[in-house]
Parts: sequence; C-alpha cells; structure tokens
Amino acid sequence: MLTAILVMVGIAVVIGLVLGWSAIRFKVEGNPLAEKIDAILPQTQCGQCGFPGCRPYAEAIAKGEADINQCPPGGEEGVKKLADLLGVEPKSLDETHGTPKPKSVAFIDEQTCIGCTLCIQACPVDAIAGAAKQMHTIIAAECTGCELCLPPCPVDCISMVPIAEDLPHWKWKHPVIEIKPVELKRVA
Amino acid sequence: MSRELFKFKGGIHPPGHKAESTGRLVHPAPLPKKLVIPLRQHIGNPARPVVNVGERVLKGQLIAAADGAISAAVHASSSGIVSAIGPACVPHISGLPDECITIETDGRDEWIAHGPLDYQALAPADLLARLRDMGLAGLGGAVFPSAVKLDPGAALVCPTLIINGGECEPWITCDDMLMRTQADAILQGVAIMRHLLGSSEILIGIEDNKPEAIAAMQAAAAKLDFAVETVSLPTRYPGGGAKQMIETLTGKQVPSGKLSTDIGIQVFNVGTAHALARAVHHGEPLISRLVTVTGHVLRAQNVEVLIGTPFDTLIQLAGDRDGTTGVLMGGPMMGLPIPDTSVPVVKATNCILVKSAELFPPPPKALPCIRCTRCADACPAELQPQELFRFAKSDDFGRAQEYHLFDCIECGCCSYVCPSHIPLVDFYRYAKSEIWARERDKRAADLARERHEFRLFRQEREKTEKAEKLAAKAQAKRAELAAAPTDASSSGASEADAKKALIAAALARAQAKKAETTPQNTDNLSPDTQHEIAEIEARRAKIREQARKPLESEETP
Repeated sequence: MLTAILVMVGIAVVIGLVLGWSAIRFKVEGNPLAEKIDAILPQTQCGQCGFPGCRPYAEAIAKGEADINQCPPGGEEGVKKLADLLGVEPKSLDETHGTPKPKSVAFIDEQTCIGCTLCIQACPVDAIAGAAKQMHTIIAAECTGCELCLPPCPVDCISMVPIAEDLPHWKWKHPVIEIKPVELKRVA
Repeated sequence: MSRELFKFKGGIHPPGHKAESTGRLVHPAPLPKKLVIPLRQHIGNPARPVVNVGERVLKGQLIAAADGAISAAVHASSSGIVSAIGPACVPHISGLPDECITIETDGRDEWIAHGPLDYQALAPADLLARLRDMGLAGLGGAVFPSAVKLDPGAALVCPTLIINGGECEPWITCDDMLMRTQADAILQGVAIMRHLLGSSEILIGIEDNKPEAIAAMQAAAAKLDFAVETVSLPTRYPGGGAKQMIETLTGKQVPSGKLSTDIGIQVFNVGTAHALARAVHHGEPLISRLVTVTGHVLRAQNVEVLIGTPFDTLIQLAGDRDGTTGVLMGGPMMGLPIPDTSVPVVKATNCILVKSAELFPPPPKALPCIRCTRCADACPAELQPQELFRFAKSDDFGRAQEYHLFDCIECGCCSYVCPSHIPLVDFYRYAKSEIWARERDKRAADLARERHEFRLFRQEREKTEKAEKLAAKAQAKRAELAAAPTDASSSGASEADAKKALIAAALARAQAKKAETTPQNTDNLSPDTQHEIAEIEARRAKIREQARKPLESEETP
C-alpha cells in the first residue's frame, strides 16, 4: 500500500518537474496566432480597420475583439484566407471600413509642395523623403498606398496614382472562352 | 554502334511542316532603316543603356551593359545614330511597350574594332565576364544568359554537355539550317563550352527528321580532336525540350525544382554554340540570328536577321499574302501571338509564323472537361493536367502548386490532345503568373512590415533619447550649481533655493540674449537716413504723447 502511494507520488513529482521545466524551456514568445494573422494581412498600415496598423488588428482578431472582414486592401481573398486560418465561415467585407481600390502609390506635386513635413510624419512606412522647407517626394517602391499622407497635406499636393501595368508586372488573364450569340431563327 | 536511348513519357506527333522552309538558301536579311533593340531580351535584369540619344554607334558597339549577376549586354546591330531611348513596342503577347534603343541606320554597316579572343589563355572568370559583355543568351527560346550557364560553379566540372539540335516544334527550321551550313562553327563553340565546363561526355541530340543536319554534324565532329557523339533521336514532340532530351539521351530525370546541373548535365542550343564561336573566334557580339519565316507566306525561308529588324520587313521579304489571320513568334505549339507586326526581332525570335484560316483554323468552341485524362497520357512532364486545370480555373493556386504546376513546361501537348478543345496551357500560364504576382505582393508586404516596425522602433528610440538628453542636462546644471560656491548654497541650502537660482540664471540668460539681438539694419546708415529715422521717431513720440493726453483727461475728472 505504502509502496504504491510512494510510486505514484514519485511519478507525479517527476512528471511535474518535466512539465515545469518544459514550460520554461519551450516558452513561446509572443502570440503565434497573431503572428500568422499578421502574415496574411497586406501590411498597408492604412488603419482603415480601426486599429493603428496591421499588427494591432491582427492581435485584436487573435483575441476575438475584431471581425475578420475589416481590411479593404486585403479584399475578399484576404477575408477568405483569414477564415481558413481561423476555421470560421468567410463573410463579405464590411463596407463601413471602406471598399477595395486598385493598387496605387501616392504622388507629390513637387511644384505645389511647401515642405511642411506633415506627410512625412504621417507616413507609416517612412516612404517620403524630404526635410523642413525642402521639397518632398515619394519613394514609390516603398509606398503601400495607404492614403494616410493625403489628409494632413495643407496644400493638397498629394494624389493617388493607380499603378499602371508594365511588362515585368504583366499577368496572363483568366482565359475567357468566347461565347458567340446564336442568331434566333425567326419563327415563321 | 548506336547509343541506347530512353523514352520520355507522353508526347505527340503533330505534322512537321519542316520542308516548307528548308528549300531555300540561308541569306542575310536586308538592312532596315530603323533598328529597335529592346533592353530586356533575356531572362534577368534588363541591360542598362550606356549611349545617349544623338550619339553615333558602330556595328557591334555595346549600347547597354549587363546589370547584375543574371543579365546580358545589348549591342548595336548596325552603324547609325541613336534616335531614341525609351518605351517602344516589343514582341510580347500583351502588346505593352518596353525600354528600347532605336538606331537610325546609315547604311554603311560599319564595324567597331574587334578581334578574336584567346580563350585558352584567359582565366575562366575573365572569359565569362567577356561573354556576358558579348550579350550571349540561350537562343533555343529561354534566352537565359549563357555566361551564367557556362560557369560550372562549386562543382568545378559539369561531366555531361548536351547540345540540343532537337528542334521538335513544327514549322521551325532555323536550327536545322544552321547545323547544315555552320556545323564547323557550332563545334568550335562546343569546344569552348567543353573548355569552360570541363565536360568529358559531349552529346549532340538531333531528331531523325533532320538527316542532312545529322550528316553534317557527324562529318564535322569526325574532324575534331575530342569525342563528340551525334545522336539521332526519334521524332516526337517535345523531344527538343531540355528535360526531355536529357531523359532520352541519358535516362536521367531532372528532379522537380532542381536544375540539370544538379545531376551533372548542362544543355545548350546549337544556335548558342554558334553564337559563342562567333563571339570568341571573331569577337562578334550577339547581334544577329537565324529566323525562320514561314506559314502563310509565298517564299518560306530562313534568314540571318539583325536583332532589332521589324517583323513586317521579314514577312514582306518572304512574300506576304492576303488572308493572314495573325502572326506567332515561335511555333504553333508554344509560340506567342504577336498583336503588332512592327515589333523587332529579338534574341528569342526563332520563328515568325504567319497564320491563315486554312493552315490554322480557329479552335472549335471549348467544351467542359470530361476528365478523360488523355492530357495526362500526353504530358511529358508526368503531371496531371486535368487536375491542374481544375485548380487553375477555380483560382486554387495552392493546390495547383501541390500538383507541381511549376514543372509544367507549357509544351501544349495537353491542349493538342484535348477532345474538349480546352486551352489548358492558357490556364497554367494564368495560374503561374498569378502565383508570381502574389509572391511579389508578399515580398512588398514583408518590406512594408519591416519598415513600419522600424518606424515604431525609431519613434520610441527618439522619445527615450530626448528624455535622456533632458535629464542629463538638468543633472549637469544641478551639479554645476552645487559646485559653485554661492553664499546662499551653504551646507543647508534647500532644494527650493537651488531651483530658484536655476530659474534666476535662466531668466538672466534670456535677458542677455534679448539685449544681444539688436536689429541688424540700423548699422552703418548714411546721415540722411539717420536723420529720417530721427524724424520718424520724433513723430511717433508726438503721437504717443497725443494719445496719452485724452486718456489722462478721461481719467482726471
């Protein structure tokens, strides 16, 4: 009887030690689910979802505080991917957060720019080069098209230019099988 | 003794149509008035222009240098004046313009100074750099920069070298004609390849529908001082595909996602070998190539064409006919429809195939897939085309990749045998380009995430730095005051006194600064101006006096 109790206690202690040690040794830093959600989000950092960037939105989804359909740049495809990841039903985009737009980059009219640096402070990815009282310009390759630089500009010199299709970025279109209209035979 | 050959899976036997264009002698095409030379003719980075508009260039002069590791240079195909550097139409299915250098030719066709290279005396790295500057790229269709392929890399040697004279695609005969007429030059190129790759086994694979080419290559190979085996292959499309040729000749399969060099085999087209010989033994960069002009023309033929010559001059040379329904660059199986025939010949242009309704009737209406798997039987890449079609059609790109979409060589066998006439290859091309676009977006998103995180980090850092700086400054001030032997700061001086002293010091500083800043424009004035200022001041004083008086009068009662 005593032996059995001692054996059971011994096993419990050993297992407890192993579990305790592995809880420290294999501790996962950060939230792996938020990490995975963040990888799906388009990183536009536009804040249209109501959170200050993609990462906070990902964390809110992971905690169940935000819905998956609040990201217009991600589009329906992004919602579908999030739904697949989280094992929930995909839903259509929430229109109150905006609608998807064609990919664009900001463009500064350098004649009008007064060098106030307000757009530089607003840009979430530091994609605007310039200094106080110096002309500013967009680093097009870094611009995510978030439109956050538009409202602070006091002279409205920033516009969004849709990215035109060029040869290196040209895509094959989904093949369309042409349907020819059949002439209706006149009923005699 | 004939070599044991292996059989790759699938393949088809489309009508060859080779005899149409092999009956005429190869001759150079006339010099056009204008050459449009694209900067992106090869796989990799586009070349970087090194000439300016208005500059006179000579034939063979470097006009755009290779940019980056995977790139090839571009040269002027004839002498003339550079008239434009900018977007122009290029042979591409989209019809979109791309960066080109336009040369107005002067008709003199004047060569730049050039001479042979002693390739055996040069270090391999130097020789490869020279070849890169010669603009050499694979002429079989993929236009991969040859200098990269000729570098055996860490392995130091590539045991097997295969020269691809398969030319399995119907209608095209430029490699056939090149082998018939330039067999010796091709083998000179092979010798240079052997020198660079250190290959011990050299095989030339030619399909057996080209007996003249096989005979010419065998005769030329017999004269060499090293062993080159010319192998006659059974004609079966796509036997000229690099992977299919490797399997037919060696029985080895290139594993999915690997390169042929991983199994010790390198493959070059016969045209590339010829261009290499021209570059090394004559110092001539890649400025011309053989092009088959065939199909719905009066005189189907092979012409030696300068890179940059417009398609329509070649079609006119071959005799254009009424009833043309379109032009393909390449053959009927893998060729791309070219919407505008004013586009220039590029390094990749092996054939200009003019279509007509009789030769190429429009495909019948596509019907639903009945999953007969005839495409799977025909697929030389051993894929499941019917499944790939299903996934590509429904935008399920992840599953398509699981089914090895990227092993598809787009040979068109599946579309050829499909009883429902589904344009299967178009779906695979669509899926591939969508996957590439998504990868690009992913890279852009990763960059944006990194930059955003760095911005947050930077803002945080700036905040702490500012706070630290302020704290340090205050600390220093306090220490200074404590050290200064002021009468008030005897041992019992309180914190409040120190603060008061600090404020007093700051006030004194500010006042001193204010006193220091005097208007700059009152120095060195002429007596006249000084007099004027004195008058104005007097007037001001008077007005002030007058303004005070009524106020005082109001106050007094």
